[in-house]
Amino acid sequence: MHKYLLKRLILAVPTIIGVLTLVFLAMHLAPGDPIDMMIPPDLEGSAREDMVNRIRAQYGFDQPLHIQYVNYLTRAARLDLGRSLRNQTPIIDDLRRRIPNTLQLGFLSLVISVTAGVSLGIVSATRRDSLFDNVAMFGALFGVSIPSFWLGYMLMLLFGLHLRLLPPSGFGGSVFTVTGLRHAILPALTLGTTSAGVFARFTRSSMLEVINQDYIRTARAKGLAERVVVFRHALKNALIPVITLLGIQFGAMLGGSVIVETVFAWPGVGRYMIAGINARDFPVVQGAVMVVSTGFVLANLLADLAYAYVNPRIRYE
Amino acid sequence: MSDGLKTKPAPTVVALERDVRPAASVGRQLLLRLRRNRMAGIGLVFLTLMMLMAILAPHLTPYQPQQQRLLWRLQPPSRDHWMGTDELGRDIFTRVAYGGRVSLVIGVLGSSIGMLTGVTLGATAGYLGGRFDNLVMRVIDIMMSFPGVLLAILIVAVLGPGTHNLVVALSIWFTPTFARITRGCILALRDVEFAEAARAVGAGSARILFFHLLMNSLSPIIVYMTLSVATSILVAAGLGFLGLGVQPPTAEWGIMVSTGRQYLRDAPHVILFPGLAIFLTVLSINFIGDALRDALDPRLRV
Repeated sequence: MHKYLLKRLILAVPTIIGVLTLVFLAMHLAPGDPIDMMIPPDLEGSAREDMVNRIRAQYGFDQPLHIQYVNYLTRAARLDLGRSLRNQTPIIDDLRRRIPNTLQLGFLSLVISVTAGVSLGIVSATRRDSLFDNVAMFGALFGVSIPSFWLGYMLMLLFGLHLRLLPPSGFGGSVFTVTGLRHAILPALTLGTTSAGVFARFTRSSMLEVINQDYIRTARAKGLAERVVVFRHALKNALIPVITLLGIQFGAMLGGSVIVETVFAWPGVGRYMIAGINARDFPVVQGAVMVVSTGFVLANLLADLAYAYVNPRIRYE
Repeated sequence: MSDGLKTKPAPTVVALERDVRPAASVGRQLLLRLRRNRMAGIGLVFLTLMMLMAILAPHLTPYQPQQQRLLWRLQPPSRDHWMGTDELGRDIFTRVAYGGRVSLVIGVLGSSIGMLTGVTLGATAGYLGGRFDNLVMRVIDIMMSFPGVLLAILIVAVLGPGTHNLVVALSIWFTPTFARITRGCILALRDVEFAEAARAVGAGSARILFFHLLMNSLSPIIVYMTLSVATSILVAAGLGFLGLGVQPPTAEWGIMVSTGRQYLRDAPHVILFPGLAIFLTVLSINFIGDALRDALDPRLRV
């Protein structure tokens, strides 16, 4: 177990470095001068000249690529992500304010999607081919196919504008307060719908695989109640692979937050990134992508460790 | 007695022979299994309708997708405008139909190019093994470390928005998954006997790889290809919505939702119909993909 933990931890380091490298390459191998790309197109004359020189000095573009690369990595390791071109604010500070907002939204939607998805999947699997199963799987496919930005506006229209049950958009502070939670429900539902569909389909097939195994037949043959068979025997093993999916879906949510935060005017990392792209504020885009992907690698690491912990086949190795 | 012994087995053999019908071809079996799936049928019909609508767009509507009539802006659905008009008085049905051309072409292009590069990379890596395999798989691991659509967003952010760059971003984004699937299949097949037999009769590596191994790995690739067309349409619309994909004034479903959002309260039909078009198209492709998976790979049908 300890060996496995150590191995996974050590393996995460080159992955993170690889991600940072890919971001670096994307920025530097892109067609055109990176400085041109960083300068707002509306800037002209001496202001432009000033900015070119400042960026060149700030990013060391006059240095050879490998030196730039090493500098980039060491700065990243010190969490120095540079400054925004537009506002001159340190990017890491901007991100620090927004990361909790994105995480809160992500966790809330993860809670919604896991609760809905896993329970639908379990019931579907135990009543395979029943009406419930068919309807649930139909609904799961709906969830996977619906464009989240459109779903967001439809929910906003129904619950926010027509029924006036919830604020249509905006941010109400931490989700642990009533106002905050009320603001977070619609975006979290929007963000969680796709994942709920994925969880339902995955849990169902994982559960069916387990239910067909011999030890389940043995448990039934012993005369155990179906409830005990399903919840004590089958579910434990069926949920182990779901843990891996949890890490992946958390990442999908980080990616999806870009759209959902734009729809609901949620002050998170995703909207920050899009604002950066639209303003051609490249250091901002780079910093946001770096942080989000590193977060995803860490989430997957966490999921792997949890997987190892609950799976005795790995735990006792 | 000896006669009896001789004749007795005969009827069984005859019976067996009578039972053995010529095995249905793989394609025929597939068709049979698909026909039993009602959802796939619905999906196929709807997708065909969508494609016809896109292809025949100029014949279905008297309007042009960019034709503005400011006096008729934000009209609700009526007999003249089946889906109403948008903020510039453009006919929404016309734009949805023309938008179908853009979305379907981008969906198919993005996933096909991704499939070609991914399958080539994965097959070569799996077949050659060793250092090349290691290198390819590490790069793919890293590409897959970008959560969700983030890699596609990063690529578009670097290359700049636009239809062309959107297709490039989608292709790169799909490559790792196709590569992983193909490599897995090739690895499982590499040392199988029919490949050995082909080598024994003097077939070259390329021939074995493409005609023998890859042909036997097609099922999962076809299934993922179908599903990836759906994803591709969804992601393209999402990037269009964010302003990173196809650029206005082109009629594209994602952009239509994006520009219509300001009128959500008073004219919800402006974003209702393009969104429905995305949703139903993606849903019908997913129906087909699911049915294909059930039909092609009975092992996965749990």
